[in-house]
Amino acid sequence: MSRANLLAMMLLLLLLGLWETGCRIFEVPVFILPPPSAILSTAVTKAPLILPHALTTGLEIVCGIGLALVVAIPLATGMFAWDWLEKALSPFLVASQAIPVFALAPLLVVWLGYGVASKIFMASIIIFFPITVSLLEGFKGCDREFRVLFRLMGAGFWQTMRLLYWPWALPNFFAGLRVGVTVATIGAVIGEWVGAQRGLGYLMIQANARLKVDLVFAAILWLSVMGLLLWFGVGWLEKRSIPYKEFKF
Amino acid sequence: MLSVSGLTKVFAQQLVFSRFDLAVKPNRIAVLLGPSGCGKSTFFDVLTGVVRADGGSISWQGQELVHLGGIAAYMHQKDLLLPWFSLVENSLLPARTAAEDLKAARIRVDTLFDRLGLGGYQEHYPHQVSGGMRQRCALVRTLMFDRDLVLLDEPLSALDSITRKSLQSLLLLLQSEFQRTMVMITHDVDEALLLADDLYLLSACPMRIIERIRLRADKPRRFDDPELLALKNGIMKKLEADGDHVQG
Repeated sequence: MSRANLLAMMLLLLLLGLWETGCRIFEVPVFILPPPSAILSTAVTKAPLILPHALTTGLEIVCGIGLALVVAIPLATGMFAWDWLEKALSPFLVASQAIPVFALAPLLVVWLGYGVASKIFMASIIIFFPITVSLLEGFKGCDREFRVLFRLMGAGFWQTMRLLYWPWALPNFFAGLRVGVTVATIGAVIGEWVGAQRGLGYLMIQANARLKVDLVFAAILWLSVMGLLLWFGVGWLEKRSIPYKEFKF
Repeated sequence: MLSVSGLTKVFAQQLVFSRFDLAVKPNRIAVLLGPSGCGKSTFFDVLTGVVRADGGSISWQGQELVHLGGIAAYMHQKDLLLPWFSLVENSLLPARTAAEDLKAARIRVDTLFDRLGLGGYQEHYPHQVSGGMRQRCALVRTLMFDRDLVLLDEPLSALDSITRKSLQSLLLLLQSEFQRTMVMITHDVDEALLLADDLYLLSACPMRIIERIRLRADKPRRFDDPELLALKNGIMKKLEADGDHVQG
């Protein structure tokens, strides 16, 4: 283990230790702030209760990311291929970011119902923008000399897209996706807070209302672990797709 | 033979070059030497088709063309190898984009790899081999374009002396053994003197040829050749007198 990792681990243990001892010494009621040990035991013992909700939220996040990709990849490609399309669409893209998307959550529930659809939609409209923009920037960042090379080879646009621009933009794509997966989690949970029948966000609201704060924290713990898994999943995928990442041109 | 006649380009209402003429004979290296911003890059952009000329014509082997895309090969001081392709895949790119028979092309690549000391490294990736090997792989790719005309974009400037020397010898190989005609742009006097057969000194705004110098065919040349040093001093004086700063 590296020195930095060791330090991070020690800091975490210190914080948890302070929290645990603080709760015990000052006899903080569990319905205000439960100690980490209680949260962990709730997260484990209540797993049969939490798991179905976690699966729902996970499904929403993954589908939200999928939907965002299905829109973002063709959109970024099209905007790169046709200048006029970028000029026509970029004001709308920027304007869409000016809308506080979370404020749309109640409307989405009205339009799409209490089921998973409104949450999937919520997650995807938040993350499709960073993915589109980073992918487009990646395409545009391709060095001039490489473009000249492909031009002189007589390669057409779509061929150049496949052989040059797309692999070139992959690191940017993954950077966007990394941001995306974290934000998608927030989107799904907020969607569930507003109105849902299942999901970790729904569970948190229910538990909170009944002052089961340990369950709220347990749900947060599950959510964090899911977020971390997604984060590392993207990292793993990136490493698989770009084994030459350290390479300098 | 490449011939450019009456080429004109206006950019933001400023004349970059006007009625520019150039004729490059087969199997020679024509070098356009001028200060940064003199318009030589725009001239290259017109040749490669990145921008359209506002007048004049480009012709290759007597045939008039809009630009040289699909006609000329390209070499740069960077090897321009794509890190997501192996060396052999990089070398096969020209054949792939031209939709040639890849099996036949692969045989040609393998022969060239053996010839240039890259045999056995076909499946290696660019980041796994040395800079010199990458340069040679770039040369194989240039040869796989299978074109008699090669455009060189400041091929040696800003390279360290060892890399520069190895690339210089590869470029001379391209000329002597593979009989290619080359057009090169640069702002680096040393680089121009090492490679040129015909050296064109350029002035800026609008770009025009101040002087054409024919060099003796005694390659590879050395920097410390007194004749070359004298020539270099003369060139520096002319370019400085023209009012622009030249690196070198």
